[in-house]
Amino acid sequence: MSKNIVLKRGLDIPIEGSAELRLSKTITPDIVAIQPTDFKGFSPRLLVKEGDKVLCGSPVMSDKKNADILLASPVSGTVKEIVRGAKRKLLAVLVQPDAKQENLAAKVGRIEALTPEQIKETILRSGLWPFIVQRPYGIVADPAVQPKAIFVSAFATAPLAASPEFTLGDRIADIQAGINALAALTEGGVHLGLNADNYAGTPFHKLENAIIHTFKGRHPAGNVGVQISHICPILKGTTVWTISLYGLAAIGRYFNKGVYDVRRKIAVAGPMAIQPAYAETLPGAPMSSLAAWYGGNAEGLRIISGDVLSGKAVGPDGYLGFFDDTVTILKEGTDTELFGWAKPVRWGQFSTDHSYFSWLTPWRKYAMDTNLHGGPRAFVMNDAYYSKVLPMDIFPIYLVKACLAGDIDKMEKFGIYEVLPEDLALCEFIDPSKNHIQDMIAQGIDLMLKEMA
Amino acid sequence: MKKFWHATVDAFETFLRVPGTVTLKGAHVRDAIDLKRIMIIAVISVVPAAIFGMWNVGYQHSLAIGDSSLAILANFWYGFLKVLPLYVVAYGVGLFIEFFSAGIRGEEVNEGYLMSGMLIPLIVPVNVPLWMLAVAVAFSVIFVKELFGGTGMNIWNPALVTRAFLFFSYPSSMSGSQCWISLKAGEEVVDGFTGATPLALDGASAQYGTGIWDYIIGIIPGSVGETSVIAILLGAAILIWTGVASWKIMLSSVAGALFVGGLANLGGVGIPFWEHLILGGFAFGTVFMATDPVTSAQTECGKWIYGFLVGAICVTVRLFNPGYAEGMMLAILLGNTFAPIIDHCVVGRAIARRNKAALKTA
Repeated sequence: MSKNIVLKRGLDIPIEGSAELRLSKTITPDIVAIQPTDFKGFSPRLLVKEGDKVLCGSPVMSDKKNADILLASPVSGTVKEIVRGAKRKLLAVLVQPDAKQENLAAKVGRIEALTPEQIKETILRSGLWPFIVQRPYGIVADPAVQPKAIFVSAFATAPLAASPEFTLGDRIADIQAGINALAALTEGGVHLGLNADNYAGTPFHKLENAIIHTFKGRHPAGNVGVQISHICPILKGTTVWTISLYGLAAIGRYFNKGVYDVRRKIAVAGPMAIQPAYAETLPGAPMSSLAAWYGGNAEGLRIISGDVLSGKAVGPDGYLGFFDDTVTILKEGTDTELFGWAKPVRWGQFSTDHSYFSWLTPWRKYAMDTNLHGGPRAFVMNDAYYSKVLPMDIFPIYLVKACLAGDIDKMEKFGIYEVLPEDLALCEFIDPSKNHIQDMIAQGIDLMLKEMA
Repeated sequence: MKKFWHATVDAFETFLRVPGTVTLKGAHVRDAIDLKRIMIIAVISVVPAAIFGMWNVGYQHSLAIGDSSLAILANFWYGFLKVLPLYVVAYGVGLFIEFFSAGIRGEEVNEGYLMSGMLIPLIVPVNVPLWMLAVAVAFSVIFVKELFGGTGMNIWNPALVTRAFLFFSYPSSMSGSQCWISLKAGEEVVDGFTGATPLALDGASAQYGTGIWDYIIGIIPGSVGETSVIAILLGAAILIWTGVASWKIMLSSVAGALFVGGLANLGGVGIPFWEHLILGGFAFGTVFMATDPVTSAQTECGKWIYGFLVGAICVTVRLFNPGYAEGMMLAILLGNTFAPIIDHCVVGRAIARRNKAALKTA
């Protein structure tokens, strides 16, 4: 079954600094962080201590609720430091890589010869399980639950996002193996969302054993949550899994070669990135290893692991997030603008609202910064103002207000099971009242997790 | 105390320049739009109606004393001097309360009142005593807006509640044939002139110069800004082009008015149905007041129903309530009251439909 789904609503933010399709640097980080905070719903229990030797693929943490779920070290080396925050919350395990990399020896059978249980055990043992994210709530998947289906988005529409064709086009065999492995874990099949505009141009349309859907539209058409809501909306009581192409490739390689390999090409982009291009590195690599892109001095800059809408500002001392394949460098917008809002035309600023004129020049790109462009206000514009950038069958402001009120019944009704904060990121972008819409949704999800547990 | 004054200082500072505030959570970049911009567009859209209204105040005065020359500047200046105090009172009282409550709440001053204050002098008779206006504005801003939590939280349009307060508290100053025409002390109305609005006269005015084009251009007695359909359409064009107000509400309100007016015509009642669109406060209310994003329906489908309801009730009141010549104010306030219920039904139906569809694919 394959069908084309056209999404009329959405917005491609015209921000400058998209990465040129060339690999400009292969980075061998001098330190790697394994950060449990990247995984929602994962409560870490340490399996190593400072000074321990680990191999590439050795488990360093397990989940307190399910000891089978492991986080592994992406390099072989020595545990240098265990970083804790307030209330001794575990923030990261820092591993210093050895000069010579060694893999944890793993014996993996052929996928066709394994039972679903054995496949599940293999993925759990590999430390790659946390790649699998459960919906609703966007938490690490529970291996005990059989999902209704598994969804993968094979294209990215987020601003300045890395191109999967460039980063993973040469790893079709691994991705195919990943699909084959996961297809055994569900009866609903693996659903692959492709970009309708680039269907023939992408190597992913040749993947087998997956149900292919094509989507045509602007951001957030590439968000897996939006795709799910058009393929089969998540109702109360159903569970689906999602996984990124990187996750599929890593799981596939584990089955193909028996190694834990999460190396990836990432896009280093943004208006302040010097010669934006791609780099090959590891998740958990320090941002300082990308210093060439921000000229070494990060003052007045915001360095984001992820895209400009939902990424995390980690700064030059932070690390690349586990799920991220984009690093965005922006200018901090601390400058004031005299009569900004009152000027008839603001040449350098982008707005979707027709009370400015930038919608008349759709070809222009803007060097956006982090200025809020206003102050916080109550919601004034109505629901329809926001839903024009949300191609889902939900009422965004009703959902947000239900989250603010902590009303579980209403949250269910308005579709909390279907969304993650990232799906409403554009609503936050266009909000003239400058509310933290993603944060409000995240609070709602946390409340659901607490109440439904 | 310092915190209290912060709201005021901040309001003036951010009025002059966009502050260097950066995003702290969520999306790192933001659209350049903010409420100040949306409100200033809304205010600009009212300016043609306000300017014409000032001129018309002067023109009606000239007519009343027997001078029918257009005298653009002289009439405008006369009207300007009459309307200016209304603006001073409306903005002065309203903004004072806004700043004061923002200080108490420790929030930034919201821009919403800029639009309300722009509208209030235009929907009252020019002769309304200033103290009455001050009391009405204070009532409306305190009890209809701030007690609900400020702009964005109110259920009824504050500008209209101001008018409703005046209308019910001081009816003698709000209707009849004296209140619409401003006269200087000692001036006498010439014979044959009536200051009553065409609606109150059921469209059959004996007064000279009240043809269809006079209604459209707006050289008739009425509330300050409501008379000129042309000036209001200019505003509507700005609002629709910028998307600040919903064309769906405007269109469906017109449809509602035509529907009820047409039905009445079939039964042989009332003025020709299309005249409802150009008389009284219908055009002004439809374009500037019914479309208030806070108090109108939130959903796209709800906007059609809400607008239709406003238009239909307005004409119903005009035709079938002998006490009130004009029904737009009450129609919009009733529409505001029903908007949440309309949305509730629309959202409920959408969710039921979605759940049904989802069960099918499941």
